[in-house]
Amino acid sequence: MLLQHILFLFPGHPAIFDAMDLVNGALKGNIRDIARLISVVENELPEATKAMQEIFPHTGKAYTVGFTGPPGAGKSTLVDKVTVHLCAQEKKVGIVAIDPSSPFTGGALLGDRIRMRDIATENGVFIRSVSTRGCMGGLSQAAGDIAKILDAAGKDFVLIETVGVGQDEVDIFKTADTSVLVLMPGAGDDIQSIKAGIMEIADIFVVNKADREGADALVTSIRQMLDLNPKPSPWRPPIMKTVAVLDQGVEELIVAINEHREFLVRNGLLAVRRKERIKAEIIRLVERRVAKIIQQQIRQNGRFEALIEKVVAREEDPYSCIERIVGPLEEVKS
Amino acid sequence: MSKEKIIRVMVAKPGLDGHDRGAKVIARALRDAGMEVIYTGLRQTPEQIVTAALQEDVDALLLSILSGAHNHLFPKITQLLRERGGEDILVIGGGVIPPDDIPGLKNAGIKEIFGPGTSTETIAHYIKENVR
Repeated sequence: MLLQHILFLFPGHPAIFDAMDLVNGALKGNIRDIARLISVVENELPEATKAMQEIFPHTGKAYTVGFTGPPGAGKSTLVDKVTVHLCAQEKKVGIVAIDPSSPFTGGALLGDRIRMRDIATENGVFIRSVSTRGCMGGLSQAAGDIAKILDAAGKDFVLIETVGVGQDEVDIFKTADTSVLVLMPGAGDDIQSIKAGIMEIADIFVVNKADREGADALVTSIRQMLDLNPKPSPWRPPIMKTVAVLDQGVEELIVAINEHREFLVRNGLLAVRRKERIKAEIIRLVERRVAKIIQQQIRQNGRFEALIEKVVAREEDPYSCIERIVGPLEEVKS
Repeated sequence: MSKEKIIRVMVAKPGLDGHDRGAKVIARALRDAGMEVIYTGLRQTPEQIVTAALQEDVDALLLSILSGAHNHLFPKITQLLRERGGEDILVIGGGVIPPDDIPGLKNAGIKEIFGPGTSTETIAHYIKENVR
């Protein structure tokens, strides 16, 4: 009660919230606390690290499924329907729905909820719309941590919907246990399906809007692409046909997701994937931290501006410029 | 490690009218003002709107209504917000609201009402000045 009063007196300071109270509330599944904790992490408030340290031991229980694919393929609708079925099986579901931010203003229009009405008030479902905040790769910086919070809050499944992707946004693969690539008919010839990048990461292919012309042709071209794989992997990604708006093929998709999960568990691959994920995350965080230190140092002493002037005047080249900045750091390590 | 906080708002259409051109214009303008705008689509129940606003941890909730049901739906939403711990969310109303209804709505917890003709800058400015 006292905290409420303090907040009332200082409405401009949401950070006054004890992050640990939020963590405790979130672990109990309190909606408001989960939501606020996510904001703390997204905004990189000072207490975010401490909060995630407390959250981490409670993670690893939820199964994470990524949904990626081009804009308009039906990712949100599919996530909606999948969640309906999971709820019917009495599973608790957390959803991270990512949409792009504006490169100009940093603002964003997050509209994934429009297609998630069936589950909007379902008990046990928590949906969070997330802006990429300039992050490339199809996810947002905080997406992984948000998934962890939902995991710790007791969700059985965490579904991550990426932004509408092109060909090269494959970060979801590093975050999800199972990656579902959602495609639709009528988007490009069969050479698209043998390009590198996103077509390689899918554990499950979904041809959504399968009642449209060209669905079978798309299935065939994906199948042929898979046949061309010179090193057949023990898991051959299934190709599922769905019409998400009509709830067709969704149950079969969930069966496929569960089969993939069982495959990973049976072969010890889930542990391998999760270990890789932790490794990649630690490297990413270290890189960010180091990059931040370097940026601060560069900006602090004003030497950077002087160096740039020299490069502009062609008195110095960019490569030796880098040497001057990074060289001293390399000496520190030895 | 801290950054400037990005304001999150939700634009919602309670009630049964099917006209969201105004809501979309506002959503777009607030996006351009650097905010993260969650739009939930037409014909939302107060229950849906409040659940979404809480999960999304929005700073402001903008309600647009053209059907005339504001005197019923707006207070219902603020009441649900209070019941579920969301009383600190700035709730703003818009649409076709007769002037006589405004005092009652403000009494019910709607902080401000913006009628037709309000510039989007005015709304963006109001939000920036008044969110927690």
